[in-house]
Amino acid sequence: MNNYLASHVASLPPSGIRKFFDLVATMKDVISLGVGEPDFVTPWTVRESGIFSLEEGQTMYTSNAGLFELREELSHHLSKTLDLSYDPYHEILITSGASEAVDLVMRAILGPGDVVLVPDPSYVSYAPCAILAGASVNYVPTYAKENFRMRVEDLARVYTPKAKLLVLSYPNNPTGAIMNREDLLPIADFVTKHDLLVLADDIYSDLTYDKTHVSFASLPGMRDRTLFVSGFSKSYAMTGWRIGYVAGHADLILGMTKIHQYTMLCAPIMGQFAAIEALRSANEAKNDMVTAYDRRRRFMVHGFRQMGLDCFEPLGAFYVFPDISKTNLSSEEFAEQLLKEEKVAVVPGTAFGPSGEGHIRCSYAYSMEQLQEALKRIACFVERRLANS
Amino acid sequence: MLSEKDRRLLKLISEDCRLLPEELSLQTGLSPEYISERIRDWEKEKVIVGYQPMINWDRTGDEKVSALIEVKVLPQRGYGFDKIAKRLQKYPEIKALFLMSGGYDLSLLIEGKTMQDVALFVAEKLASLEHVQSTATHFVLRRYKQDGIELMGEEETLQRLVVSP
Repeated sequence: MNNYLASHVASLPPSGIRKFFDLVATMKDVISLGVGEPDFVTPWTVRESGIFSLEEGQTMYTSNAGLFELREELSHHLSKTLDLSYDPYHEILITSGASEAVDLVMRAILGPGDVVLVPDPSYVSYAPCAILAGASVNYVPTYAKENFRMRVEDLARVYTPKAKLLVLSYPNNPTGAIMNREDLLPIADFVTKHDLLVLADDIYSDLTYDKTHVSFASLPGMRDRTLFVSGFSKSYAMTGWRIGYVAGHADLILGMTKIHQYTMLCAPIMGQFAAIEALRSANEAKNDMVTAYDRRRRFMVHGFRQMGLDCFEPLGAFYVFPDISKTNLSSEEFAEQLLKEEKVAVVPGTAFGPSGEGHIRCSYAYSMEQLQEALKRIACFVERRLANS
Repeated sequence: MLSEKDRRLLKLISEDCRLLPEELSLQTGLSPEYISERIRDWEKEKVIVGYQPMINWDRTGDEKVSALIEVKVLPQRGYGFDKIAKRLQKYPEIKALFLMSGGYDLSLLIEGKTMQDVALFVAEKLASLEHVQSTATHFVLRRYKQDGIELMGEEETLQRLVVSP
């Protein structure tokens, strides 16, 4: 029935992650470092609120933009934590996860002929969403030697006058890179000069270590050019609740709300009630999770360096992205052979874009015991490969 | 006041005191020498007062009885409740001892092999003490949670996909 598919859907490549998932799913006793979600259960107070909302019979639609109480709470939260000011009436839209928000931004802004500038490597959805919106993608390569930050010279190299939107996804999945204020300022100048809009995917903004997150939208003059996308999945371990949001200029939010009202109607109400509780009383639990990630992060970086591999120190998210090129294997070969020989699943860096070649993504959203065992197995594998090379 | 890095270190030790300074170092970025020194200081200053595993005795099949005891005490001039508390804390049967606000003064957690043990201790040792006015004994029927650990039911297992973006 393939010929019935729309050509732009048929030609969309399947996610590199999906391919690997299928391979792992056929094997037993695999230790996986391939998961892009927290290993914590949603804090109890948040779960309890979701349950209470059901007991209260809160099972209806909400307004398209989401419960006003949640938007108001978010508005306070963003102002307090990231120095961002958004009007809860017209400038915040609650979505079904940040993923929907990314899709809405692309569809509201892009059309045929437009180009989106996407950091490489980065999360797997940006390019497909852009293509589904009729646009095309130019990748902005980022490099380990530059701590995987986006540099304005690399951006300028792939820029075209057809470019309309720049994606900034920091802290970054898969690299764990962050961008400081001084890294972002030249990008902001570039954005102004070329009249670009920015999709700032700040989903990992709460998960930074040693440095606090600087939101692109908080830079001078960038608020109205930026669509600030985030959600509750990573910060509060709420992946399955599907609550995200986008904040930005009222005109742009209105455009997105139109698409959202015809396609999604509203985000799940139970999740919205839970999200209100998360903002009000789960920040301590969130900080405890961040502390746990930080310990594991140090442990992982040390572990890979002990193996003799170069490993850039990630300062955000919950991934390490070691350089495996010394083994003379490609990312995919490394991941496949590691899985077969040592039963450890990692994701090849190339699943996140061509610049991911030579790297693997390892999530450290696992217990210390699991990480220890996984590192032990990876070390055996690497030792064998380095001995041969 | 603890510094932020010391607070983090102490919290990590409080969660798992089996970790060696080298392992603590890997997870905190502090040097093993610094960690050993801090631990020594904390032990000396009685910030760290002991290292104990948390054991759920109910699962061992061994018989053990616990009771919470409310004690009303006549405070002593010049000492308040401290003098009697100092005396009470010497009894090995008393596992915890608190001065309370409200309807009674001291709260004791007592452990014995049998109910008889506990009852005898209360009647013979505790109630007969000078300045103790009255006691009320509440036996523990079941432990659901202790020291922040849930004891009932199975641990929540994560049902995550094995690979996800």
